[in-house]
Amino acid sequence: MPEDLNWAIGGEAGDGIDSTGKIFAQALSRAGRHVFTSKDFASRIRGGYTAYKVRTSVDRVESVVDRLDILIALTERTIDENMDELHEGSVIIYDGERSTMQDVEVPDGMIGLSVPLQRLAEDAGGAIMANVVALGAACEVAQFPIENLDESLEKRFGDKGEAIVENNKEAARLGQQHVQEEYDHEFDYDIETTDEDYVLLNGDEAIGMGAIAAGCRFYSGYPITPATDVMEYLTGRIDQYGGKVVQAEDELSAINMALGAARAGARAMTATSGPGIDLMTETFGLVATTETPLVICDVMRSGPSTGMPTKQEQGDLNMTLYGGHGEIPRFVVAPTSVSECFWKTVEAFNYAEKYQTPVYLVSDLALAVTEQTFPPEAFDMDEVEIERGKVVDEDEIDSWLDERGRFQAHFSAADGISPRAFPGTTDGAHMTTGLEHDELGRRTEEEEVRLEQVEKRQRKVETAKEEEDWDYREFGDEDADALVISWGSNEGAMREALGFLDERGHDVRFISVPYIFPRPDLSEEIEAADDVIVVECNATGQFADVIEHDVLERVQRVNKYNGVRFKADELATEIENTLSGADAGAAEVEAE
Amino acid sequence: MSSDVRFTDFKSDKQPTWCPGCGDFGTMNGMMKALAETGNDPDNTFVVAGIGCSGKIGTYMHSYALHGVHGRALPVGIGVKLANPDLEVMVAGGDGDGYSIGAGHFVHAVRRNVDMSYVVMDNRIYGLTKGQASPTSRQDFETSTTPDGPQMPPVNPLALALASGATFIAQSFSSDAQRHAEIIQKAVEHDGFGFVNTYSPCVTFNDVDTYDYFRDSIVDLSEEDHDPHDREAAKEKILEGDKEYMGVIYQDDDSVPWEKREGIDQDMSDIPDGAPDDAMDLVREFY
Repeated sequence: MPEDLNWAIGGEAGDGIDSTGKIFAQALSRAGRHVFTSKDFASRIRGGYTAYKVRTSVDRVESVVDRLDILIALTERTIDENMDELHEGSVIIYDGERSTMQDVEVPDGMIGLSVPLQRLAEDAGGAIMANVVALGAACEVAQFPIENLDESLEKRFGDKGEAIVENNKEAARLGQQHVQEEYDHEFDYDIETTDEDYVLLNGDEAIGMGAIAAGCRFYSGYPITPATDVMEYLTGRIDQYGGKVVQAEDELSAINMALGAARAGARAMTATSGPGIDLMTETFGLVATTETPLVICDVMRSGPSTGMPTKQEQGDLNMTLYGGHGEIPRFVVAPTSVSECFWKTVEAFNYAEKYQTPVYLVSDLALAVTEQTFPPEAFDMDEVEIERGKVVDEDEIDSWLDERGRFQAHFSAADGISPRAFPGTTDGAHMTTGLEHDELGRRTEEEEVRLEQVEKRQRKVETAKEEEDWDYREFGDEDADALVISWGSNEGAMREALGFLDERGHDVRFISVPYIFPRPDLSEEIEAADDVIVVECNATGQFADVIEHDVLERVQRVNKYNGVRFKADELATEIENTLSGADAGAAEVEAE
Repeated sequence: MSSDVRFTDFKSDKQPTWCPGCGDFGTMNGMMKALAETGNDPDNTFVVAGIGCSGKIGTYMHSYALHGVHGRALPVGIGVKLANPDLEVMVAGGDGDGYSIGAGHFVHAVRRNVDMSYVVMDNRIYGLTKGQASPTSRQDFETSTTPDGPQMPPVNPLALALASGATFIAQSFSSDAQRHAEIIQKAVEHDGFGFVNTYSPCVTFNDVDTYDYFRDSIVDLSEEDHDPHDREAAKEKILEGDKEYMGVIYQDDDSVPWEKREGIDQDMSDIPDGAPDDAMDLVREFY
């Protein structure tokens, strides 16, 4: 008996594949089984192949595998598309009475169950329930108690009235009975149920939930695959906490609205995918230089340009690390699992406000569309802490006013972090601008002020590096000679891969890194290993590049950023100083 | 909010770097007067501007203010207002800012009808980049980048606003200090998006749309028999195209701001120290 069961329903987009798959996944979750779902989908509304896959086990499941045990095939193409994953003994459920399915040939060694899905659905009250008939048939094959399906059906159709729910339950029973009566076959599956309580959700939903928990009250966005689920989750729900979702006219507007809300004191967020980040990059610099706390979520997909909107990639790391003209402090945080999507969102808001910087929350399509089971304690709301940083109110503001009583919103504090006064605070009125500015937020091109403000903004990154725990998650054998490093959604598959590698005699140490910038210093771990492998879902190894960069011998640097080009005599002096080691490492040319 | 606020309280100690005689001085004075007259003070006011000569306004005024990127001031203002509906939000822009790079945002800000005011300093030229054609430049207006003129009709911002469902449309002239301040005040008092296109002449680069030109051609609607609540009459005035009107051209007294319709009335900056008390309900939804 296999330890896990892999099930799928496939057909054309518009066939109700997603909702049918979700009903089954929820039924399994409610029966105390772990579930991991994945989707094959194309960028179209109707037609084209699409599938919803469910992997389930009583143990935790962290990834997809290349095996399908039960397939509900609503089209002949579904069988072709999944041929690689089907195996001897796989069960294929299809409606042999459908004109398009009459000539289906079940591959050798597999078990074909022709179930009159449409006819039985009509018997139960309507052809629309054909997929539910198939679910009932699948329950019989898997020996999964059909009662578990009932609750899912109630949840899915409860809004439509008791009669609809009852009809669906009946449809499932008819599918189950058909298999019982027509097929005299012992199936290999016997799905165990447990008393565990699990919740089932995907990465986008976890990000939305994290945002509400973290006190986010303003969300503006523009729909884009695969980030839209964040917005759809928040819509309606955030209102219950006094917040609002605004669908903006474009991404430029979305990030600017969020910026406005953040300056008004709200915890604000926008989410998009790579092409949207491109558009937002203009304002990203403004957010950073005005030191506005903002969470910008990038749910990556395949690029460049519009690339493959419904396919996975981790190709935007360089953009989030380096995107934008000029030099801008920013944090980049990348959750590594669905539950981490929740926790890293909470952290992102805290970093944004404590350090008054934009924070890129980098997720990816694989996390976004993967539904996974967790015990509810994985989202223990009592653990959520909200840190708003240096917000000053009317009682404290006096100490942040200059000698003429003006609020110093960009005060060059030793830790690089200025006071914040939310609009409405008496005596806090101040200007801020994307132009270089002084401590009062007023534009300036004065060299001294420019240097001070650049250094001030960089200092808060140094403060954050010291104050926060930029750690990593570790799996496998700590003393192994082989070290694998990855980031983002690869963690689950890699954790399972450790088991396969172990079976094949390889000891591997696996480090999963959720922080891209600032990030943990892995030099010791890298030096201790013979082989270092960086796993990521892109062509050029963007994270491998930064990891490599971190362990390189540092070159000495001469930098100038006061707005004036290098002068020969000044350069000679600086290089001389650097050569003699007087100011090695980070010699900075000060303005005269 | 103190009752003894004077319009000079909205003035910062920075000296404007606008050219002597620039129309923007008058535009800004009117904005400050209107804010003071409507009972606001610098600590409850948020002024947003984009890029260009108009964008400098936040520096010269004293209030909470943001000087953003070109064309995107309106979304910032909307975000501020929705996050804290108690704030008085005023957005300032130029004709390039509002009708070229930001035209998309303009249309949607009008549609959204958030309770704020939007003052466009329309000088029919790009000033800070030293004299190129703007979206409101005349078809035959010769500039460094359009030696034969733009050869296309200027944008009619009032028509664009009307077509987008505006609830308040006005036009003003920065040099008529009293009327200008009155018109902006009406925009501030309007329950919804108060749009004021203000002729704000550029004395350095525009020798066609000058103070003299506007003085000679402007028609004050308060001296005409115009009912701003009559949308058909407003439409006629706006589409006539050969007259420079001043005054409130259209106002819908039944306007309800978007945020009110959406039930937004809280200051969103006020949040608990941890997750909301009932936050585990959010988790249980996924059972």
